[in-house]
Amino acid sequence: MARFLFRRLALGLLIMWLISLAVFALFFIAPNDVARTLAGRQATPETVALISARLGLDQPIWKQYLDFLGKAIHGDLGYDYYHQVPVTEIMAQALPITLSLVAGGAIIWLVMGVFNGVVSAIRPRSFVDRSLTAFALFFYSMPTFFLGLLLLYFLYYQLTVAGYPIFPPGGYAPLSDGFWPWLQHMILPWFTLALVSAATYTRLTRASMLEVLGEDYVRTARAKGIRESRVITRHALRSAMTPIVTQFGIDVGALVGGVVVTETVFSLPGLGKTSIDAINQQDLPVIIGIVLFASLAVVVANIVVDIFYAVLDPRVRLH
Amino acid sequence: MALLEVRDLRVAFNTPDGVLEAVRGLSFDVDRGSTLAIVGESGSGKSVATQTITGLTSGARVSGSARFDGTELIGASSEVLRTIRGARIGMIFQDPLSSLHPYYTVGWQIVEMIRAHDRSVSTSAARRRAADLLGVVGIPHARTRIDDYPHQFSGGMRQRVMIAMAMALDPVLLIADEPTTALDVTVQAQVLAVMRRLQEDFGTAIILITHDLGVVAEMSDEVVVMYAGSAMERAPRRTLFYANHHPYSEGLLGSLPAKGGTRDRLTPILGVPPSLIGLPAGCPFAPRCPYAFDRCWRETPPLRMVFDDPDHASACWLTPVLSEREALRAARVDREPDQPQESASATRVEVRP
Repeated sequence: MARFLFRRLALGLLIMWLISLAVFALFFIAPNDVARTLAGRQATPETVALISARLGLDQPIWKQYLDFLGKAIHGDLGYDYYHQVPVTEIMAQALPITLSLVAGGAIIWLVMGVFNGVVSAIRPRSFVDRSLTAFALFFYSMPTFFLGLLLLYFLYYQLTVAGYPIFPPGGYAPLSDGFWPWLQHMILPWFTLALVSAATYTRLTRASMLEVLGEDYVRTARAKGIRESRVITRHALRSAMTPIVTQFGIDVGALVGGVVVTETVFSLPGLGKTSIDAINQQDLPVIIGIVLFASLAVVVANIVVDIFYAVLDPRVRLH
Repeated sequence: MALLEVRDLRVAFNTPDGVLEAVRGLSFDVDRGSTLAIVGESGSGKSVATQTITGLTSGARVSGSARFDGTELIGASSEVLRTIRGARIGMIFQDPLSSLHPYYTVGWQIVEMIRAHDRSVSTSAARRRAADLLGVVGIPHARTRIDDYPHQFSGGMRQRVMIAMAMALDPVLLIADEPTTALDVTVQAQVLAVMRRLQEDFGTAIILITHDLGVVAEMSDEVVVMYAGSAMERAPRRTLFYANHHPYSEGLLGSLPAKGGTRDRLTPILGVPPSLIGLPAGCPFAPRCPYAFDRCWRETPPLRMVFDDPDHASACWLTPVLSEREALRAARVDREPDQPQESASATRVEVRP
């Protein structure tokens, strides 16, 4: 187990290093000359050279890279071009918002998807199964921004017009403002995110459960006289969870780097919206910071999934 | 009264191609402490029949009766069946690796079984019982191996675990569905020995489902030969091996290598089993039977007493008189010294309505 962990961590570090290389290349692929942009239109060549020197842009590329890497490892991602705010500070403000969104949404879609999938698998091709499939596919086929706008129209606009202003039109209220305002701001984004993703989990759980329910050991569990509810949960679902956990880990890892569409629709200033703004303004340090963080999240999620795999399946532990 | 009395059991499944009649009027008895072997090739309905009795088939149309110790099992509520399964009827299956849950230790799986039927047993008491059981079925170092996972055991040891689990609550009936098919021959003998010893110690009745006549010879008291979902012949073990009546039983034994090599070649049964969807009238074995005559194609033979032996029944229109049947057999052996001649029967199998 220790060796397995060590190998996974080493592989994760290697991937992060490759990503740092790719991200660093962005500085040079980017079409504009940073020093000139910062110096402004009227700047003399001397000023540009000065800025260039201050940013270390006059150094050889390998030296610039080592400098960048060394700072990044110590948590220094530089300053944003426009307000000279540390990138880490910008991200630290955006991260809790994205995390609130992803955590809540993930819990909702996981519970909904797994529950619906199990119910579907217990009676395949029944009316319930077909209804749940239709329900899942309906939301699955809906673009996130459209679903978000629909929810806003009906649950914010229509309700507010009718005199029940339960949901705000968007924006974020931190938990420090109290639990209820936070919840009010998060519910619609959560469901927007969850309804679209739940379909994948419903189908995945259904397929996985159907496969496991046909396994010999499920028949054994029934032959032992175990209650059917326990056969479904402890015996079948336990095995069926493996692919679901994998998918869940990868999805959450990918989303932590920013839920671009949902955050934009609900004007949540999370990492997704921050990165969109940064891209619009060509604010390279912010873009690079978010990309690095997002890839770190994916790599960490994958390692966590692998560890979880070993926890779930004793056969993996030995290898 | 027998421990289990099955009467006219019918099991049918709806399939896209039509109604598949997996079991077509099966009747048999199992006495306390005795072993009934159900023999037949794949798809003859042996497993479906026993799994239906214990309520493990779903989506089937079932009729007939199966009285177990005075309780009717066919149509019983799932809760009644659940309390009988495991506690009073133990079951073991063909492939012990896929039949044990890969994510739980064998001890956990046995403890779960014990506690599913009696909540008052503490987990530690159940664990002690599980370790004892593993010792009884001959697993070395049972006290430590109880915390191992199924994949850490060899095939034979896994089947011993299955047997230990099935016997955990001292059931009166053990249904062993091809318990040795997935094991190699030396391990087979050990596993059968374990089953026999437990039967002697606890007086458990066994239904042994197999297609291995060697296992039948070693284990059974009585034998039911199944073909296409119904019983072709029912006889005590010795009678089946030395004075069988049904041509299908004859064919099964003829396809076995004889001890000492008295036969030069094996005699296979030509053709393949019929499709169980829309089976035509007449004897289901007729298309492959070297003795088949007109009546076999028109009327389905019922199971009837043959050779004046009340324990011996055969579903065949051939003469029920021992000497005449032996004369027929001898004539056939003369005609076909070691290989049945090319007959129309092999192609007739294809005929379907």
